[in-house]
Amino acid sequence: MNYYLLAVIKAVMVVAAVMLTLLYLQWIERKIIAHIQRRLGPHRVGPHGLLQPIADTFKLLIKEDLLPPGVNRFFYVLAPFLAISLSLISVSVIPFGPEIEVAGVKTWMQLTDLNIGVLFVLAISSLTVYSVVLAGWSSNSKYPLLGALRSAAQMIGYELPLGMAVAAPLLMSNTLSLRGIVESQNHYYGAFFPAWNVCRLPFPQALGLIVFMIAVFAETNRVPFDLPEAESELVAGFHTEYSSLKFAGFIMAEYANMITVCSMATTLFLGGWLPLWPARHGSDYFPVAVFVFFGAVAVYHGLHPARRRDAWSLRGFGFLLWLAAGVFLIPPARQVLLPLFWFLSKTCLLLFAFVWVRGTLPRFRYDQLMRFAWSFMFPVAVANLFLTGLLVALTS
Amino acid sequence: MEPALFLLFAAVAVVCAINVVVQRHPVSSALALIGVMAALAVEYLLLGAQFIFAAQVIVYAGAIMVLFIFVIMLLNAGAERRTHGSLIARLFGGPLLALLLGIIGSVVYVTFRRGPAVKFGAFTGGTAEHVGRAVFTTYLWPFEITSVLVLIAIVGAVVLAYKELE
Amino acid sequence: MPQTTPLSWYLVLSAVLFVLGVAGFLFRRNIITVFMSIELMLNAVNLSFLAFSYHLKQVDGQVFAFFVMVVAAAEAAVGLAIILVIFKNRATLNVDDIATMKD
Repeated sequence: MNYYLLAVIKAVMVVAAVMLTLLYLQWIERKIIAHIQRRLGPHRVGPHGLLQPIADTFKLLIKEDLLPPGVNRFFYVLAPFLAISLSLISVSVIPFGPEIEVAGVKTWMQLTDLNIGVLFVLAISSLTVYSVVLAGWSSNSKYPLLGALRSAAQMIGYELPLGMAVAAPLLMSNTLSLRGIVESQNHYYGAFFPAWNVCRLPFPQALGLIVFMIAVFAETNRVPFDLPEAESELVAGFHTEYSSLKFAGFIMAEYANMITVCSMATTLFLGGWLPLWPARHGSDYFPVAVFVFFGAVAVYHGLHPARRRDAWSLRGFGFLLWLAAGVFLIPPARQVLLPLFWFLSKTCLLLFAFVWVRGTLPRFRYDQLMRFAWSFMFPVAVANLFLTGLLVALTS
Repeated sequence: MEPALFLLFAAVAVVCAINVVVQRHPVSSALALIGVMAALAVEYLLLGAQFIFAAQVIVYAGAIMVLFIFVIMLLNAGAERRTHGSLIARLFGGPLLALLLGIIGSVVYVTFRRGPAVKFGAFTGGTAEHVGRAVFTTYLWPFEITSVLVLIAIVGAVVLAYKELE
Repeated sequence: MPQTTPLSWYLVLSAVLFVLGVAGFLFRRNIITVFMSIELMLNAVNLSFLAFSYHLKQVDGQVFAFFVMVVAAAEAAVGLAIILVIFKNRATLNVDDIATMKD
């Protein structure tokens, strides 16, 4: 098939998938935080509140699109554009699976494989500072400016531990391309223990994963590092003066950044699309088992007389989960769905960690945050890199 | 297709460079300079320098220019006032610059007229492995000295900008 | 439009950017803009280094460009710190107003 047509089709599929995930990530976050706080979360709009994101999008679209007086018009409009486009560009190098053959067309489940893939993602993440700074400065108001400068200083300060934490698994995988990093984790110890970078032999990168996760909490301005956009401190930080679709742009960019960094963590540390134990020992049937189990749980609760109001929605979801289990048994669909299942389950675990931390931890004060970056995270990341380098050099 | 790509990003670079020189407010100049750096990064990629492309975006556009923007916003100096410049610079500057451009242009034209062509993908020695190998073997001594230089710069910057506590 | 770009186009682009950097350095009165013109000149020189690295098929030009970037970073840090101190003392960023050594 024509190279350009194939690229366009893949790009459209990936962007559609990411946008849909963005939308429902907001629903998932609100539901999980609500249940952590022992309340229900959105449950009125549609069954279990599933149409809430659509209602929110519609509300944001019909709001008045303000252009406050005194703003620098070009940069005010440019900032949310920059935020979204930068956060979506990074998805183009993430590998979702191996080479597949669909309808006679052989292609990799990845939009493009740069042989400097990791550097590309780092470059894009260092450019996201500009969307924040531009938004704050062009708004011509003191709360956005303060929030933007604080947020930019925080993002720059945590970029260093991020870079060091990323460099350590690169030493073990010996390549900068993301496809090569996943391929280098594609073996198993003793025929069943995975050789993901987080548990791989010269030096398991568990500490690296923790440092990476803390650094990306700060990079994406999420709790506990969300002082620059905290309501009680700075009104709404750098996006105070934005309304309607531009504000939606910043929110979308924040969730897209979360998805991107969780995908990066999965690729670098958790073995990307590789299964937990080899396929020849039956890991291909694990997704089927998972879906059948959760379908059974949903149907059981749907049939329980105490949950009369949710009866039909729970039974419906149970049935849909059983249908998904059935789809995993169809051979042509399996080669696409299995790597995607493993990749998405690892990414979703990390996203759940993001939301869990948001519901649990209080936020850092700004000076505590900066001191934490320079006095603790940076030395720990350097020590991790040093030990990794030492052990890799000694064992090869 | 490569000449079209080259011309597109060269046009972006030149327009942004003119903006750097012409804009009144320093923040607009700084953002135009970021545009120049991004366009030049793509030009570097067309020349086969993959690692330098990433380094340009990470180091130059992502760190140095953020430092510039921070300082401009911190000082909050506003748009530039018109003051008299040096008379000699205004009289002779323009013609001398045109002369400089003419000399360089003619030297390039004479030397490279039936010149070598840049084909994307013809030079594969610009990967991170090649640059790293060169930096850590042939150019190890300059590398270590520049790392000491950066340390000196950090210490100097902190000493200069440190607010004296009363 | 030729099939491939001639090398001379890259060198001419580098020369144009360099001359624009010199123009900014000579004609602008804000010290930070002058500093940014210096960075523009350094970028133009980087492009020249990389063009010749391609022409000679050696990686040394890219190593030089890398060192230019590192030195530019160090210079930007120290230069901006000096500008901060000047602003603290003179309260102006205009090159003509800080031209004399006495207050």
